[in-house]
Amino acid sequence: MHRGHQLRLEGITHRFGEFVAVQGIDLDIAGGEIIALLGPSGCGKSTILRIVSGFISQTQGRVMFDGEEVDHLPPNRRAVGIVFQNYALFPHMTVRQNVAFGLEAQKWQRDRIAPRVDEMLSLVHMREFAERMPRELSGGQQQRVALARCLAVDPKVLLLDEPFGALDKNLRLDMQIEVKRLQREYGITTILVTHDQEEALSMADRIAVMSRGCIEQVSSPTEIYDQPATLFVNQFVGTTNIIPGELIESDATACRVRLVTGETLEATSRPGLHAGAKVVVSIRPEHMRLQDEFVPNCMRGSVKAVLPLGPYVLYEIELGAGATIKVSAPRRAAGDSLRALGQMVHAAPAKVAACLVFPSQ
Amino acid sequence: MRFSESQLALPLAALFVTFFVAPLSVLVALSLVTEQGGNTFTAVHYIKFFTDSFNYSILFETLLLGLKATGVCLLFGYPIAWIAARAKARWQSVLIFLVILPILTSVVVRTFSWIVILGRQGILNQIVLGLGLSHEPVQLLFTEVGVVIVLAQVQMPLMVLPILTVLTRVDTNLADASRALGAGEWRTLWRVTLPLSLPGIVAGCILTYSACVTAFVTQTLIGGARLIYMPLQIYQQAIGANNWPFAAAISVIFMIAVLALISLFGMFGRRV
Repeated sequence: MHRGHQLRLEGITHRFGEFVAVQGIDLDIAGGEIIALLGPSGCGKSTILRIVSGFISQTQGRVMFDGEEVDHLPPNRRAVGIVFQNYALFPHMTVRQNVAFGLEAQKWQRDRIAPRVDEMLSLVHMREFAERMPRELSGGQQQRVALARCLAVDPKVLLLDEPFGALDKNLRLDMQIEVKRLQREYGITTILVTHDQEEALSMADRIAVMSRGCIEQVSSPTEIYDQPATLFVNQFVGTTNIIPGELIESDATACRVRLVTGETLEATSRPGLHAGAKVVVSIRPEHMRLQDEFVPNCMRGSVKAVLPLGPYVLYEIELGAGATIKVSAPRRAAGDSLRALGQMVHAAPAKVAACLVFPSQ
Repeated sequence: MRFSESQLALPLAALFVTFFVAPLSVLVALSLVTEQGGNTFTAVHYIKFFTDSFNYSILFETLLLGLKATGVCLLFGYPIAWIAARAKARWQSVLIFLVILPILTSVVVRTFSWIVILGRQGILNQIVLGLGLSHEPVQLLFTEVGVVIVLAQVQMPLMVLPILTVLTRVDTNLADASRALGAGEWRTLWRVTLPLSLPGIVAGCILTYSACVTAFVTQTLIGGARLIYMPLQIYQQAIGANNWPFAAAISVIFMIAVLALISLFGMFGRRV
C-alpha cells in the first residue's frame, strides 16, 4: 500500500462559447481520499472530470497533482485512470489484451506485462475470464475488467464516471463494496462522478454537491445530509419538506418562524437571517413525529395518504393554507396499527436541530 | 386469399430474375456458342482468351488498376472520413457534400474537366512548370497514373461514406480510454480506431474496387487508346469486331475474376 497523490483544483472555470459549464471551482483532495462530485445532469461534474483527465483544457484555473501543475500534459501523460459509465472495453480485444493495453502503451517490458495482467485480473476475481471477449461478459464482469485495466498502469488519480449507473440494484451494491475495497487497498485518490445521492453517500469520504457549474458545499456525507449549506443541497440529497414562513425572532442558535399555516415553529438559526425575513423551513420526513394531542412547536393537519413501505410508513399530511408535508414513521413491531385517512394529527419535529431555515427564493 | 410473408418478396424476386438472372444466363449461354445465333456449344472462346497472352495481360492490368485506385482512394478517403467523423455537424455536411460532388456531376463533364486539368497545357502542368518543379510538362493524360488519380477522385464517396458510417458509430469513449491509459494519438488510431473501423474499410474497398475496374468512360477517356482495360476490350469485341460470343466469354471471365478478388477482401475483413 502506498499513499495516494494529492489533487488540487484551483479556480477552475470553463466556458463552451457563451455557456459557462463550470465556474470558480476550488477543491483540495487529499492523497487516498475518495470524493464524490454529486449533482443533477448538466451541473458541470463531467466537465470537471474531463478537465482533470486532460481531454479539455479549462478556460481559467489550474489543476495540480502533488503541488505540480499538469495543465500542459496531454491525457496520455497525466497518469489518470478513468472508468467510464459504459466501461469502454475495447470490443476487438480479449480481457487479457484489454488489461495489457495500457502496460504496452506505457512501454512496460514484455516479460513483466503478463504477470502484471494476471495479478490485476486476480485482484478483481476475473482471472478465469482472461481469454474471453468483452461482449461475452456481464455488466458487473465488464466493470471489474475496466477497473483492472485502469489500475494496472498504477494511475495517480482514479476517475469514476457514473460507474454503477448501468448495473441493476443488487449488483450495484456488490460492486460499490468491491470498488471501495480496491480503492482502500490501493490508497488511490479517487473522484466519483454521480447523480445518485445514495452512491455518493455510501462511497465517498467527502461529497461536493454541484449545481449550475458551481460547488454548493463540500463536506462529509453526514454533514451534507444533516447540515446542508443551501436549500439546493438540502433538497437534492435526501427528501425534505419545505414550508414557507416569516422569521419572527432569531438569536445565535435558535429562531422562531411563523409558518403560512399560522403556526409557529422553532428552528436552528442561520447567520445572516434576521427577524422579518421571508424564509422557508425544511424538515426531513424521518425527523418528525405524529402525535394525537397538541404539543408546543407542532403543525396540525389531517392524514391525506398512507403509504406502507415495509420498514416504515409514509404519511402525507395536509396542513392549512394548502401546504402538505410528508412524515415517515418507523414500524416498531409487526401489527402496529396505521393511522386512518382523514384523522387529525399533530406533526412535531423531533429536535430543533432537525428544523432548518433558508432564505426564501 | 392469404399471403405468407415470404410471398411479399415475390415482386422483388421477379425483378431480380428478369433484369439480372435472365441477362446473365443469356450472357453465359452466348459465350458458349461458336457464333451469334449458332447452336453448337463450345469452349473455344475461353480457350482463345487464355491462349493469347495479350488478353490476360489486359485482365491482369485491369485488376491491378483497380487495386491501385482503391489503394489511393483508401489512403485519402480514410483521413477524410476520420476528420468528417470528428467534425461538428455543420462542417461534416460540408465535407460530405464535397466528397459526393463527383457523383452529382455528369460522368462526361467530370472526365473532360480532368482532361483540362491533366493535359500537357493543363492546370496541373502550369503549376508544376510555374513552380519550377520540372522543366517540361509531365505526361499525366493517357497514362495509368492519370487514370488512377481520376478514378480515386471519382469513386471517393464509395470509400468515404461506409468508413464514415462505421466511424461515427464507434464509441468515442474507446479512444478516450486508450488515451487515458497512456496511448498517444497514433497508437490509439492504429490499435483502436482502425481495427474497429475495419468493416467500413472492407465495404468501402469492395465498392470502390468494383466501380474502378468497370469505369468504362474514365478508363477510356483518360487512359486513351493505348491503355486498354477489360471494359474497352469487351466493347471493342462486341461493337467493333462484332464478335459477341467472344465478348460474352471475356465478360464472364472478367466477372468471375472481380468476384474472386472481392471475396478475398471480404474474407480478410472477417478474419481480422
